[in-house]
Amino acid sequence: MHVPIDYDTLRVIWWALLGILLIGFAVFDGFDLGTAILLPFLGRSDMERRILINSIGPVWEGNQVWFILGGGASFAAWPPVYAASFSGFYVAMFVTLLALILRPVAFKFRGKVDNALWRSVWDWALFIGGLAPALIFGVAFGNLLQGVPFRFDAELRAVYTGGFFQLLNPFALLCGLVSVAMLVMHGAAYVQAKTIEPIAGRARRAGMIASIVTLVLFALGGVYAYSMLDGYAITSQIAANAPSNPLRKTVEVATGAWMRNYERFPWSPAAPLLGLVGALLAAVMFALRREVAAFVMSAASVVGIVATPGLAMFPFIMPSSSEPNASLTAWDASSSHLTLYVMLIAVVIFLPIVLAYTAWVYRVLRGKVPSHIFEPGGHAY
Amino acid sequence: MDVAELSRLQFALTALYHFLFVPLTLGLSVLLAIMESVYVMTGLRVWRDMTIFWGILFGINFAMGVATGITMEFQFGTNWSYYSQYVGDVFGAPLAIEGLMAFFLEATFIGLFFFGWDRLSKPGHLAVTWCVALGSNFSALWILVANAWMQNPVGSRFNPDTIRMEVTDFLAVLFNPVAQSKFVHTVAAGYVTGAIFVLAIGAWYLLHGRHRAFARRSMTVAASFGLASALSVVVLGDESGYVTTENQKVKLAAMEGLWRAEPPPAAFTIFGIPDPERRETRYAIQAPWMLGLIATRSLTTVIPGIYELVDAAKTRIGRGVEAYGAMRSLTSAEPSADMRKTIEERQGDLGYALLLRRYTDDPAKATPEQIERAAWDTIPNVPVIFWSFRVMVALGFYFIALFAVMFYVSSRRAFERRRWLLRLAFWSLPLPWIAAELGWIVAEYGRQPWIIEGVLPTFLAASPIPAANVWLSLVGFFIFYSALLVVDLFLMAKYVRLGPAETWEIPDLATRQAPPGGVALDDVAHG
Repeated sequence: MHVPIDYDTLRVIWWALLGILLIGFAVFDGFDLGTAILLPFLGRSDMERRILINSIGPVWEGNQVWFILGGGASFAAWPPVYAASFSGFYVAMFVTLLALILRPVAFKFRGKVDNALWRSVWDWALFIGGLAPALIFGVAFGNLLQGVPFRFDAELRAVYTGGFFQLLNPFALLCGLVSVAMLVMHGAAYVQAKTIEPIAGRARRAGMIASIVTLVLFALGGVYAYSMLDGYAITSQIAANAPSNPLRKTVEVATGAWMRNYERFPWSPAAPLLGLVGALLAAVMFALRREVAAFVMSAASVVGIVATPGLAMFPFIMPSSSEPNASLTAWDASSSHLTLYVMLIAVVIFLPIVLAYTAWVYRVLRGKVPSHIFEPGGHAY
Repeated sequence: MDVAELSRLQFALTALYHFLFVPLTLGLSVLLAIMESVYVMTGLRVWRDMTIFWGILFGINFAMGVATGITMEFQFGTNWSYYSQYVGDVFGAPLAIEGLMAFFLEATFIGLFFFGWDRLSKPGHLAVTWCVALGSNFSALWILVANAWMQNPVGSRFNPDTIRMEVTDFLAVLFNPVAQSKFVHTVAAGYVTGAIFVLAIGAWYLLHGRHRAFARRSMTVAASFGLASALSVVVLGDESGYVTTENQKVKLAAMEGLWRAEPPPAAFTIFGIPDPERRETRYAIQAPWMLGLIATRSLTTVIPGIYELVDAAKTRIGRGVEAYGAMRSLTSAEPSADMRKTIEERQGDLGYALLLRRYTDDPAKATPEQIERAAWDTIPNVPVIFWSFRVMVALGFYFIALFAVMFYVSSRRAFERRRWLLRLAFWSLPLPWIAAELGWIVAEYGRQPWIIEGVLPTFLAASPIPAANVWLSLVGFFIFYSALLVVDLFLMAKYVRLGPAETWEIPDLATRQAPPGGVALDDVAHG
């Protein structure tokens, strides 16, 4: 089959699509996770918690597909990344999966029995189901930025050489906190827009605090990355059209290497800037009670914050700290030319359709959580 | 147990749990769409009550299906990283398209199915319900396209530069004959599951004299839909068996307990005790000609037995060793054109050389005993496959009989006069799940030792991770899933006992707009 797009171009497109899927996950499922984290703090009675849960009730299921699609797309487009990351982060991934298993059943089961203990168990399940993924994804990004200890054998079998607790280093934990603060900000913006007083007022205060915390922690991470963090750079000739085999290049480790893309591409500092300014403006909009604007600003901040490490690392996707030459990059960790092309066709056809009906569903469900769904015979969680 | 064994156990456990929920999702989603279609066409309230009630049970089941399904997708990366690296180029694509095309559709609209009753017009809500049903069926299609490639790896080749399998013909992967036959067989089995579920619970209501009009109508839909589905399962299952003869001769021989080829046409063994120690099937009761007809649709084609297939495997191991040697030389030294040519010609047998890796690090130095053992490794567990297959088929025929009788009785409107039949329908409730799980065992356990038939042995595909990690997740998933299953069954039973409320209140779109401020807490706090 003739493929009308060059391999190197397709690889950049798929690198960008991986980023778009991650951003889609963070923006859409992010407010679900944030709302779940806020559940014990904003909902003081059973009815208030029901309102919070029902604010995301009709949409969380579709939102979660961004995560599932992110997994599927990295499997299809970046198989070595999928293989090395999930087996390397085995225990972290196991905890994440437990959290994500808890969510669907907690949503569905909570309202089905009228018992305080029963409901409190599922409330905590939702809280953990929101907090654990938010924290772990941030920690994972923190580790990606530092490099992950893995190597390949001669048959390209990825072997992880680190331990679980190694993942919990100070910089990674800082990234985890950025992620939690960011999603709490985003969740608070959503809750503020979908509920009425007194919940909306509590969400507003929580949102203001979370925006400022996000701003400070993200800036702190940037300062650390600029001054102390080792980055990676390819030192051999780059063969952007070569077959995907990560063992055929040399890589150096240098402090500040992650900043080089920001000098090379003058537009790219827009990402961290968006992260910072978005969080700042979100705080302002929370204060001004501008519900829609606060949500848009927190979403913008999320986009900027997720895009920042991605742009800094390009073309690296998963650097190896124990054997830098084995690092996985956009040029040597992709699927074949044909697979990338076929998958691109699928994305070009289906992603606009998905976005269109998702938009329609949100339109149908617009407005604050209506009260009549809580009456007998209504359809609420 | 080593990591590969533990990972297999974990995959089997999570897949069997997941498959408790998938068939019911498939079947109920279509039944809901049918019931709501009747409601929209007739305007009769009982049909809306049916959609809502079965929808509640659907929702509980769907949540468990999603929860257990998430684990499945990520297990390839966590536990089978070499598999992911080796075949991700081919296998990942249908999985990703499943998310993009099917799961998004299903998951986005299921929220609106529950929350959209008062926000959508009647046809609007019906369209949403059909989207959910369509999504769940598309989902099965893409998953089975991916699975079929594991059974029959078409449209791909080994690339020595990247040391993995890559797609050469995507349409061949998509239109894999195994995928087509598996899809229709699996989906029809899901419809049977949904139909028996509705039938059994309806029968329980009639036995207790509750919700009569509701139960009778539900059972009528279930009986007719179930009869058509059960017939399809058997006919399409036969087609699936026919396709198996083409490319998985070992699986077929194991299903039949056929140790040595017989002169055609081969007899079908109705009963027998396969004995893997003595490599024969004892006490066999046979139906002459039947296997030849089912498996080859001819009376003259020879069906090879296990002994013949082991001999064939030995030959392929020998040829595969040459390809393996060439591949090794490519990764260690300057690639030579000769070596590339050897791989090109012998790559179809490369997987057979990999079987030797269980016994030696260098297949080129394998002893004849090791080759003999590797060849016998290609034979799956015969008694398990033999019996799983027979019980599954027997259940398939039982479903046809049950639905046929039910269909007849429902057309005579005589359900309540035949209490024994209602009892039979109720006690049939667990049977479709047993059939579905056995079908999974025949298809997947019957594929061992291959994770991809003829291409990659299962034991090589596992992640190189500490066994302790897999023990942790295996025990964790088992406890977690079992606890959730208990809760799930408890809730299902609770809602079945509650039954459909004869007067579901769905606020009318015209009269019940949400107040502009949304919830007034004082109003709902007592609700």
